[in-house]
Amino acid sequence: MKGLVSSAATILLVSFVLLFINLQLENKHGRVGKDTITVYNWGEYIDPELLKQFEEQEGIKVIYETFDSNEGMMGKIEQGGTSYDISVPSEYAVQMMEQKDLLLPLDFDKIPNIKNIDPYFMNLAFDPQNKYSIPYFWGTLGIAYNPSLLDGQTFESWESLWDASLRQKVILVDSAREVLGVALNSFGYSLNSTSLQELKEATDKLETMGPNVKAVIGDEVTQLMINNEASVALTWSGQAADMISENEDIDYIVPEEGSNLWFDNIVIPRTATNIEGAYKFINFMLDPEVAAQNAEYVGYSTPNVKALSFMDEEITEDERFYPDEEAREHLEVYKNLGLETLGVYNELFLKFKMGLR
Amino acid sequence: MGKLSSLPRIYLALVFVVLYAPIFYLIYYSFNSGGGMSNFESFTLEYYQAVFQDTRLLIIVMNTIIIALLSALLSTTIGVIGALAIYFMKNKSMRQTVLSLNNILIVSPDVIIGASFLILFTLIGVKLGFASVLISHIAFSIPIVVIMVLPKLLEMSTSLVDAALDLGASRRDVLTRVVLPYIKPGIFAGFFLALTYSLDDFAVTFFVTGNGFSTLSVEIYSMARTGITLTINALSGLIFVITMVLVLGYYIIGNKTKSPNQGVKR
Amino acid sequence: MKNNPLRFVYAVPYAVWMLLFVLAPIAVIVYYSFFDLSGNLTLGNYRNFFSSIYFKLTMSSFWYAFLITFFSLLISYPTAYFLTKTKHKRLWLLLIIIPSWINLLLKTYAFIGLMGLYGPINGFLETIGIGSQQILFTDFSFVFVSVYIFIPFMILPIFNSLDKINPTLLDASKDLGASSWVTFKRVVWPMTIDGVKSGVQVVFIPALSLFMITRLIAGNKVITLGTAIEQQFLVTQNWGMGSTIAVFLIIFMFLIMLLTSGKEKGASANGKTK
Repeated sequence: MKGLVSSAATILLVSFVLLFINLQLENKHGRVGKDTITVYNWGEYIDPELLKQFEEQEGIKVIYETFDSNEGMMGKIEQGGTSYDISVPSEYAVQMMEQKDLLLPLDFDKIPNIKNIDPYFMNLAFDPQNKYSIPYFWGTLGIAYNPSLLDGQTFESWESLWDASLRQKVILVDSAREVLGVALNSFGYSLNSTSLQELKEATDKLETMGPNVKAVIGDEVTQLMINNEASVALTWSGQAADMISENEDIDYIVPEEGSNLWFDNIVIPRTATNIEGAYKFINFMLDPEVAAQNAEYVGYSTPNVKALSFMDEEITEDERFYPDEEAREHLEVYKNLGLETLGVYNELFLKFKMGLR
Repeated sequence: MGKLSSLPRIYLALVFVVLYAPIFYLIYYSFNSGGGMSNFESFTLEYYQAVFQDTRLLIIVMNTIIIALLSALLSTTIGVIGALAIYFMKNKSMRQTVLSLNNILIVSPDVIIGASFLILFTLIGVKLGFASVLISHIAFSIPIVVIMVLPKLLEMSTSLVDAALDLGASRRDVLTRVVLPYIKPGIFAGFFLALTYSLDDFAVTFFVTGNGFSTLSVEIYSMARTGITLTINALSGLIFVITMVLVLGYYIIGNKTKSPNQGVKR
Repeated sequence: MKNNPLRFVYAVPYAVWMLLFVLAPIAVIVYYSFFDLSGNLTLGNYRNFFSSIYFKLTMSSFWYAFLITFFSLLISYPTAYFLTKTKHKRLWLLLIIIPSWINLLLKTYAFIGLMGLYGPINGFLETIGIGSQQILFTDFSFVFVSVYIFIPFMILPIFNSLDKINPTLLDASKDLGASSWVTFKRVVWPMTIDGVKSGVQVVFIPALSLFMITRLIAGNKVITLGTAIEQQFLVTQNWGMGSTIAVFLIIFMFLIMLLTSGKEKGASANGKTK
């Protein structure tokens, strides 16, 4: 008994000492200031230097919280309980949040830097007139491949993923719309198809790719490609950029049949309490030099056209990550298809995964 | 007890090698100037420096440890109480039902636990942050403690308790002098596994946290999309080494003073 | 100790916990399971569960959970047994648990590296002449890493029950001419059955709902009920269907508890003979 009590006392003591140290640290860090905003973003999706710069410039402390999926983030914002002033959902999530009335409309008068955004990326179908959102980063979906592991094979078309030579080599992303989208694109159907007939055709075709599939995974694919562990992967351009920066053998293409164009967007959720601070933050992030620095840190493509001149030409002239307008014509942005259809996509995808061996 | 012969030694060594292999792998690459967990380029300490420069990360680490210690402590207390309650239940089917209910949180996927706790907290108006995370961690660690403590109670012969009572011991004495010392290994097992549960949890914490409060797991998982930095490897290496030093130090000190509880055991 | 109405007063914290964090969430889940996407009352989710795809999923979940539990036990029992014979057994036991305090996602990434085509394991296979193998994204890697995760949970209860066995008992058995195998079967095993049962419960039950590992290590070639629930809640946002699968998971758990409790009488009787 004595042993138990003294152990418990030790644990309590240690906890309180740590708690004390923590409070000291937080004071030093200035987390308990008066004027604060809470930014809710993907992990490692902003240059932390910029947060410091913003804090010094505007005198507003930034509390930075992170999420790992749009759906998780939406769940938290919907349930309330925390006051997030800024969030960064993907385009379909913007639409969902709008439908659930989770977003505040934006007042452009408070965001003069909005003029820096390429008009091409404004007024898109998922948010007409940019009523609720401003693009933060954008990119495409394509094939990352390593010719040195594939006897120099290159890719132009989705069809190549069905090549018999790729047995047990293809890595797919664990996401229903992307994978079904490959088959839909290869038939020339829309990525936003809701036709059961088209979806069935797509799934049937996908099933014939089964023997080529090595794994269906998530972000881990980056590490696998860099290590030469995998040679072909269906992946987003941001991750492809990460791969290429670590392993020069890797190349990335957007297949000629067309593909998906994605956006992550800054929004002000309904939970916001410091709306003025949120506007200041948005305007700050849209500053050309800030956006340039952020894009170089994160490695994704920025929609901030003025920022491009502050960036390395080698990056901004790379057609793989900054495709010209003509190339973008084949790309399609996801629409929110509604939960019913999303369910169909996911059920078909689950069936496909269950058939893998 | 007798010494181990060589075959069991090799077996144990093998088990330990496997258990520690991934950790040493992580630590090895925390010195990689190449920036990733492959292709070791050259030795660097820059990630260790980065750990100490990142106040936000340090605060998160502290939070994680505080939550783990406190939640393990409190869940162990409540779990022991629960195990005792189950043990003293006369009705066998009642006991079985309670035990099954006890295990529900172990079988439930984290998303469900997280989502339902979030609903609960917002309903009763708990502010999301330290308190809500602590309560959740206590809640999902209780069942593992019960499962660890109960078999010790069951194998304790009832005659032991009866004899003590016959000798005039008060119920309180029976509990503190007979029962608790007997089930102590189970209590410690429960505590350590509760620590494991708390340190490992991502999904539940993600749902119930807020207002700037974060734990290491949440931080690491949300880095996955853009890639986990080697700073995290360095941090894990540090945590690992510190834990080892503490455990070994505690053990050596405990052995030197020859704790009195050693005598109780037999 | 009998007939005191306040006998269970001390159990209040546990009872409150059970009410708030077990019974209330179950009620919510059962409630949700009767609603479809547009919020209409329906039994469709239950019908859907018995469709071939979820049935297949259940079967494969059980199969893998069985494999994981079996191998965990196979490895943990001797480990726990040998540990009780070491000089600093408490310390060694602690050293079994410490690795589980390092973040699981990180360790999983380490496993991806270790098991990779150019990782140390394949390097070893290469040098001993077997040649490099695809280890990742196979049943083997999945079961291996799962067993890795669960081993401390299996070892601890077994260790605790082994540790209490009085060595004189074993000597007595030996003196009476019993072989080691008979001693184990008749003396050691019955006395540790409660520990083994605890271990099986804390491995088999969560193994049914493993996720993350199914993607990172098995490349989604293994899908468990847990993964399916995860998907329904987060991706498809069909809370009704997700809840329905969860209801079944809970029912399965009750069944497992019922099955493993069958022998309780015998075991505690054995314990008493001590």
